[in-house]
Order: sequence, then structure tokens, then C-alpha cells
Amino acid sequence: MNMIGHNRECMQFVMSKLGAMLYRSYYQLGDGRLAEKHGAGAGVMEQAVHSDECFAGSQIAGWEDATCGQAIAQGKGDEKRLTNEVQMREAPFLEDHDWLVRCARKDSQGRPGRPPQAKGLPHFFGLCIAALAGLAGTITAAPLRYPSPVELAVSPDGARLFVVCEGSDELVLADAHSGKVTGRVRVGRVPKGLWLTDRYAYVANSWSDTVSVVDTESHHVTRTLPAGFEPNAVFADAAGTAVYTANRISNDISVIDLATGMETRRLAAGRGASYLTPSPDGQSLYCTHIYPNIGRHRTPPESEITIVDAEHQIVRDRQPLHNIAGVFHVAFSRDGRLGIACQLRPKNLVPLAHVEHGWVFGDSLTLFGEDVGESVQVLIDELEQYYTMPFAVAIAPDKSAAYISTTGANSVTVIDIARLLKFVRSASSAERRALANDLSASAHFVTARIPVGRAPKGIALSPNGAMLYVANRLDDTISVIDTAARKVVRTIDLGGPKELTPQRRGEQLFFDARFAFHGGFSCANCHIESTFDGLQWDLEPDGFGKDIVDNRLLEDVDGTEPFKWNGGNPDLETECGPRTEKFFYRSQSYSRAELGDLVAYIKAMPLRPNRYRLANGELTAAQERGKDIFERTRRKDGTPIPETNQCAFCHAGRHYTNQTQVNVGSGKWSDRSPIIDVPQLTNIALTAPYLHDGSAHSLEEIWTVFNPKDTHGVTNDLTKDELNDLIEYLKTL
Amino acid sequence: MKHWLAILALLPLAAAAQPMPRFHWQNFTTADGLPDNRVFSVAVDGARIWAGTENGLALYENGKWKVFRPADGLAHRAVLYVAVDKRTHDVWAATMGGLSRYSAGRIDTFTQLNSGLPNDVVYGVAVQGDSVWAATAAGAGRLNTRTGEWSLFNERNTPMYEIWTYAVSAGTSKVYYAVWGAGVLEYDVKSERWKDYNDPDGETEMVLFKDQGLIHEITTSVSWMEQDKILWVATYFGASRYDGRNWHNFLQKDSGLPSDFMNQVKGVDGNRVWFSTDKGLAYYDGENWAVYRPSLQTGKPEMLVRDAQGKVRQVETDTAPAHNYIFGVDFQGNDIWVATAKGLSHGMRIEEEVTQNVTRRHD
Repeated sequence: MNMIGHNRECMQFVMSKLGAMLYRSYYQLGDGRLAEKHGAGAGVMEQAVHSDECFAGSQIAGWEDATCGQAIAQGKGDEKRLTNEVQMREAPFLEDHDWLVRCARKDSQGRPGRPPQAKGLPHFFGLCIAALAGLAGTITAAPLRYPSPVELAVSPDGARLFVVCEGSDELVLADAHSGKVTGRVRVGRVPKGLWLTDRYAYVANSWSDTVSVVDTESHHVTRTLPAGFEPNAVFADAAGTAVYTANRISNDISVIDLATGMETRRLAAGRGASYLTPSPDGQSLYCTHIYPNIGRHRTPPESEITIVDAEHQIVRDRQPLHNIAGVFHVAFSRDGRLGIACQLRPKNLVPLAHVEHGWVFGDSLTLFGEDVGESVQVLIDELEQYYTMPFAVAIAPDKSAAYISTTGANSVTVIDIARLLKFVRSASSAERRALANDLSASAHFVTARIPVGRAPKGIALSPNGAMLYVANRLDDTISVIDTAARKVVRTIDLGGPKELTPQRRGEQLFFDARFAFHGGFSCANCHIESTFDGLQWDLEPDGFGKDIVDNRLLEDVDGTEPFKWNGGNPDLETECGPRTEKFFYRSQSYSRAELGDLVAYIKAMPLRPNRYRLANGELTAAQERGKDIFERTRRKDGTPIPETNQCAFCHAGRHYTNQTQVNVGSGKWSDRSPIIDVPQLTNIALTAPYLHDGSAHSLEEIWTVFNPKDTHGVTNDLTKDELNDLIEYLKTL
Repeated sequence: MKHWLAILALLPLAAAAQPMPRFHWQNFTTADGLPDNRVFSVAVDGARIWAGTENGLALYENGKWKVFRPADGLAHRAVLYVAVDKRTHDVWAATMGGLSRYSAGRIDTFTQLNSGLPNDVVYGVAVQGDSVWAATAAGAGRLNTRTGEWSLFNERNTPMYEIWTYAVSAGTSKVYYAVWGAGVLEYDVKSERWKDYNDPDGETEMVLFKDQGLIHEITTSVSWMEQDKILWVATYFGASRYDGRNWHNFLQKDSGLPSDFMNQVKGVDGNRVWFSTDKGLAYYDGENWAVYRPSLQTGKPEMLVRDAQGKVRQVETDTAPAHNYIFGVDFQGNDIWVATAKGLSHGMRIEEEVTQNVTRRHD
């Protein structure tokens, strides 16, 4: 059992009893939607309240870091509107000095508010009350935190495992031989990346924008280094002089000087920089990306591998990956002659009408290096079965085999490298290009498919290659595979909760491809790691080339019904149920219970931090000006803007959508109707391209290119710097 | 006896002798692979030479030219200025159709439609740490490359009364803009405040108050020497040097400038500077001047030296820059690269010239 979680639950129970009465005298409890929303894997205390009481109550009690929940009174026009948006760091309650609440509040006049300030001992008492009271609301919805292992590494002597658990914000240490968990180190929020040296484990904390440096002997975090926006991977050079992070949101690579702990430069990477792999000689660092680079509308996706010169700390080259969107881990053979990158080949330019012909995703590898010469793409799928989401790859020390975790197929694919190279080398240049779509090719080199746990992600070989360790993210276990026998010989339990919440079950379904025809894809193929894929799709058999739609982020969709780009689906159950099975999976449908779980998971997706606001929740001067523009009701010449054409009319409320269907003039000739469902704007800065069909490359283009007649808000009277201010404000949503 | 007298007469000159750089000039044109002979800008990045031409961005490396054009993602074929980020070796190209960044083979383009760039006509660009400053025809813009935020500066939030920014020079403490028709604009990095510098004579070509301010409002280039805290300014009507308190102005009539019409000024330090004029390339070392060009009369290679006393003489040379109309320069060690209207010139330093070898004297 998770001892930390157990102690916390006991403490919560006791304190909640003591604080319940006091708490309720200050708060009117809401319907608990937000507690439920953030319950799964988040551990955030939160209640939905309605009214100014939250703000007033907090003023009375001097509550600062307390259980301030989201208080929303949706309204239109002159109705009072109070939004109280909270982002809380995970913390074992009073024990974590980093516990922080950022409250960005707006009062009824739309003025930004401040969280109340601490005022000494009375406030401390109030803080305790607040803490006790706040816990009261969570007693019936105590969030379970599942470790959710995503990456792992084996110590050089093969004795220890280091496992990054993004769900519990931990680095878990285990004995590789006995399988016993030997330590747990608390790191930053949503850790994703890991790099192990002789002395330290470097952990990239993707939602803290930091790197934790963990002493592998003392099991303590010795330093915390700053990184870019959403670091997903980390690498420390052998000389111990620099640390690199791949930053997913800022699309770049941070170079951090270890002597000073400061970032010295930022290298331009591709979009969604997420994984780092050093070459065996340490001269180069390969960075891969989960999103394709933004290109021309409705053209084949283009990705890249960004190659960094590790000696000079500059980008040396960019290896293009054609028709690829979604690149994950890379591995090299020890001799450095062979590199393998895991990737997806989406068929987003053709209608999603030929699922049974493999016309959705190819699960692919790019092979490069001296062993292959010109790089070549091969599929690991079979003619009648897909092994989707190839995520991590490891090459045996003797180069005899490559192992690939396939997250959607709950398995590990084993490749005979000698046969692979023979097959590839025997192909002519034209035949090589055709291999990218050849579903029969895998028969030449795939030798085994080893079932493991749910959603296998990171993998690591023991130094002698005898054992392969696989992180099963949604089982909270590590599968230990005997590579000679090619089977799982042991499963290491990382100590997650044994109870599966609906959200957790739904998450398992989200990443499972078994529902699709031939296991072709899961929800996570398009919504990579529950986000999006940067692509536009022709989804439904409504005529080829009709209704092209841009993929969207899934955070914060709860409460934004109806769904689908035109609002055609009234709820998530319809969106994910009959629609998905009919138009996507073409195969097995979800049971009613499964659908309920899936919807619960989607509704519970935590909201990633917004990087564009100031830390105290206030807006910069430019963002304030932009907010005024967003909320204006008159043109600059004083003439009124029709209410229905005011930004804040359609993009109203907590999610910045009034949930209606409108025509803003963004319809294209390929759309059956110009009516669209008003989309929410949460974290809109992350989701280029824009408009329902992804035709606007950037936020600017929504108005500089696609709003010639002021039908999508009035913007043509704005100067360039005013439009810039509006953009800066939108980025804070 | 006469021999000894001559030696004695030359001694004062020897004491005042200043070595002026001499070069062997190698010129590149379209015949050599340059995409266009009209070269607006040159930037040196180690062994790589970047040229902004009227028909593309050109890279000279290992003896070969490689050209990037809009088909490769470049914003526009007319590249007006090139700047190199010394930390990352990314190259920023200011063009007539936007701002492009070349990074290890990939070109990303920012336009006024797809980004916060103030205007697509970008005359100048400078890199300052994580910030990229652009000089455009509709004001100045600063891109924070870490956050993607654009900040725009124009007559509404700075003292500039003309928004046609023509060039930018950035250091760690200050950023300067040459505002065509509105003098010089200074941005203090620490205080985030702007300040303007204008011609005390107003917008006239008269110089009533020499050395009491900027020489002229129509500024074309600025060069900020961070270490010495000296600002050099080029205009169409002379040049200026500013030390934070005192101005010193240079005109053709009372200096070694071959012309008052300048496209660029590039400082070496607080005392030494290169001027790119329409009548040749000029070098000033704080006392003496040198001019390098094809002769305006004969077209033959010409090097003129003017000493501190105003005496001008000709130095023998058999090569010269490609043309007398100079757009800009950059340095490669002791060498110099020169962008001209008729090609790109590589000045390879040969030896220091000693003014004792007098060939022409002026009494």
C-alpha cells in the first residue's frame, strides 16, 4: 500500500471531522463538480461555490493558501460575474513549503483581484482552520493518486531501477532483482523525463518547468534547476557541465549550466520537443517531437529530429521526417551505426473512411545511420493487426534485437535487427520509399509480441541485456521480461491504489486500441498524451474533403457541451460513444459502463498551468489592454458593436464559450455548413493552428487573414499593436 | 648633408605615423555563385559568410555559395539585413516581406499577418540575448524568443515621431534605433525607458550647431559599442559619435569621409569605425582616415589616406572593393567583408601601412 497516501488519508479524515463545521459556516458547498474534476490523479482540494462568499470568506479568515475553490456565476451582459480560478500545486498539505495557490479573480466589474495576504499568528490560526475546513469537502471524494510510471532507467550495475511516476510526482526506486520498492523521492509536478548518471538522477518536471536533481544515494533532491515551458525530457552531459531539457510548449531545448544552475541559451527545436537521446559517443543529442512542425494547410505533416552538437551546444542539423506526426523515443546501437526512432504515420489527408485498409495510422520506425545509409521508414504493423503508439525503443547491447513498447497495444514488439537490416538493404531506393506504407514488411523482422501491462511506456534494458523493464503506466507496475525467453517473468508493483476509480478505468480505455478495428488506434493516437496532434482530419463519410476539422485539446471540456465542431453531439457520451464506434473504430463499441468511465476520465483531465500569466495571477500591461479589447462593446470610433459580435459574448463564462452555434464567417467551401460550435479558449495558446479547420496558422491570422468583414469580432479598426495586445491577453486564458 | 636634412625633416612625421590597414580584395559576383550582385548586408559567423542580396540569402562556406529563397521558406527574396545570434548561430534575415530565422537548415518566417511583427518591410535586425529586435517601416518590434511574446514600439509608446525605423544596434545595456527622419532612439534595458536624440538644427541640411547634437535626422545606421559606451551614427548628411555626453560630428568637408551619404556605420571600438558611403568605404582610427574604392574617375583600385593634419595621399594598391557604393561591412578577424552594389568583397589584410612612405605631400 502507498504509505504516504495512507497517512495522508488518515490525517485528512481526522482533520476533516474537526474542521467540517467551521468550514461550512464560511462556504456554501457546490456540487463538487470541480472536486470530481480534479480528483483523478491530481489530489487537489477544491470545491465549487457560487457567489462572492468565497472571496469574502477568505478575507474574513485571512485564508491565503487555503481551499479556495472555483466560484463561478455564469452570466451574460450586466449580470454579476465572479470567476475564481485556482491552480494548486500538489502538496502533502501543511508539510510542503512549496504549497501555493494562485488565485486569479475578477470581481463583478471584471477587475483582477488578489489573494489575501498572510498576517501573522491570527492568520496562521485562520490558515489552520482553512486547511481543516478545506479538507472536509474532500472526505467523500478523496483523490487517489496513481503512480503512473512513464520512464525508467537501470543503474549501471543493474541493481536498481529508477522510475519516474507522473501521477504521484515521484521518483520511485526499486531493487531490480527482488522487485521491492526501496525508496520514493518527491519531485516536481508531473515528472516526465529521467536521466541517470553515476551519482544523480535528473528528473524533468513538466508542469513545474524545472529539473529536480536527486542524489541517488541519499534519495534527496539536492537542487532544482529552471527549464523552459513544460520540460518533458532531460539529459546531463558526461562532463557534468550542462543539462539539457526538451521543452514541449516552448518548442525548444534549454541548455543549463550546472555550475551556476542558470540557463545559458535556448535552442530552437521543432514543435512539441519532448524526448532527448544522446549518441553513443556523446557528441550529439537527438531531440524528437510529439507534434509536427506547422506547415501549409492540408499538406503532409513534416516533423524533424533536431540534432544538437553537444560540444558547442548548438543545433547542428535537422533530420526531416516526412509524413510523420508524433515522434517519440530514439535509441542507438552501442556502436552508433544504427538509430531507431518511434513514430506515427497519420493518414489525415484522406477521409477516415478506410479504417479497415489501414488508412488511419501507420505505426512506424525511422531507421537511420551508417547501417542503413539513407534513412528509411518501416511499419511494425501487420496486415490485419496494428501495434499502435510505438513509444520507447531499446537496442540490445549485442545489437541482436530491438524492443519497442506499443502503448495502445499493451505489448512489446521484438525485432531481429540482423533480419531488419538485411531486409532494408535488399530494397532499392524506390522500394525503400514504399516500405513506409508496407503492412507486410514486419513479417520479415518482427519476431515476437510480448503482452505486458496496460499502456506500456518507458523501457530499459539491464546492462547485460538479459532483462527488459517496461513501465506500465496504467497498471502502476513494471513488467520484467526475460529477453532470451521473451516473456514476462516478474511484475513489480509500484504501490499504487488498488481501487480503480471510474476516471482511472476511463484512462485505461482512452489509451487502449483494442476497440478499434484491428487495434488500429486509440483515443490517444490523436489526443497524444491526452492533448492533440496538431493535425486536421476529414473524419466522417459525409463526402470526401468535406468538413475538415482541426484537432483540439481535451483539457477543460467538461461543461462545454455540445461537442463536435458544429455542436452536433449533445454530450460526451454521444461524442465518445456511438460517434466514435461508428465513424472511428468500426469495431467494438464501449459498454455503457465503459463509456461512463471514459467520459469520467475526460471530464477529470487536469488543467495544465498557463505559462503566460504573471505568477501572482495579475496581467501585464499589454494583457490588460488586450482584455479591454476583448471585452469592449464599442468600436474605436464609438459606434456600438452588436452584442452578438462582441468577443466576450460568445466567449463567455469560465470556459470562454457560451455553448451556442454561430456563423462567424469562418466557413470554407468544403464545409457543409458555416455554423460552428463556439469553442472554449482554455490554453488556446498551445493549440495552433486555429479555426475549426486549422486554416489559421497562428492566433494573429484568425483576424489578419480570416476576418476581412469583421464577422468574427470587430478587429479591423485595431492597430497592429492593439491586435498584439489582444493576442497577449488570449494567451493568458 | 641633404640626406641628413631629409631624415630630420621626416622625424616628426615618423613620430605621428599611424598604420592604416591595407587589404587585398577578392570580389564575388553572380559569376562566382552569388545570387545577385546587389548585396545589402553581410554577416560573418566564424568561417561562414552570410550575404543578404536582392535575390536571396546567400551562404558562403567551404568555397561554395548556397542560396535560400522564398521557395525554401524565406520571407522575401530581397534581404536587407542579416544578423547572427552568436550563442546559437541562428541567422536572422530582415527582408522586404518579413523576418526569417535560419536555424540549422530550417527557415521560420514571421510576418505581420502571422505574428506580432509590426510590418513586413524589415530593414534591420539585432540579437540581444533572448530578444530579437526588428527595425521595420512601421515601428520597432521585439520578440522574446523564449515566450514568443512580441512587443511593439511606435509613436504611441516612444518619443519617435516618425515610425520608419531603419536600423538597430543592441548591446547588453542599451538598444539604439536609427529612425529615418526622426534621429536616434535609445532604449535603456534596465529602466525600459526610451529616449530620443535629434538634430539641434532641425530638419535642415545646415549645420549651425556643430558638435552640439546629432548631425542629421535622416539616420540610416547606428553602432553601439557596449564596452566603450560609444554610439556611432550614420546619416545621409554626415556622421556622429556620441559618448553619452559629447557629440562629435563628421562631414566630408572637414574629415576624411569621401561622402556625407552613408548606408551603414560599424564600429570596431570607441575610436575606430568603418563608414559605408556611396563613394567608397571609409575607415577612421580616431585621427586618420583611409578610403578604399575603385577610383571615381578611372575605376582603378584606389586607397587614400588622410592624416590628422588633413594631408591626403594615395597608397599604391592593385585591388579594391567591387564598387564604390557600399552597403555594409562585417569583420572576420583582421579581414573585412564588404557588401556593395556590384558584388561582395572580401578584404584580406596584408600588412599595416606606414605613413613614412610618403608619395604625395600637401603643404
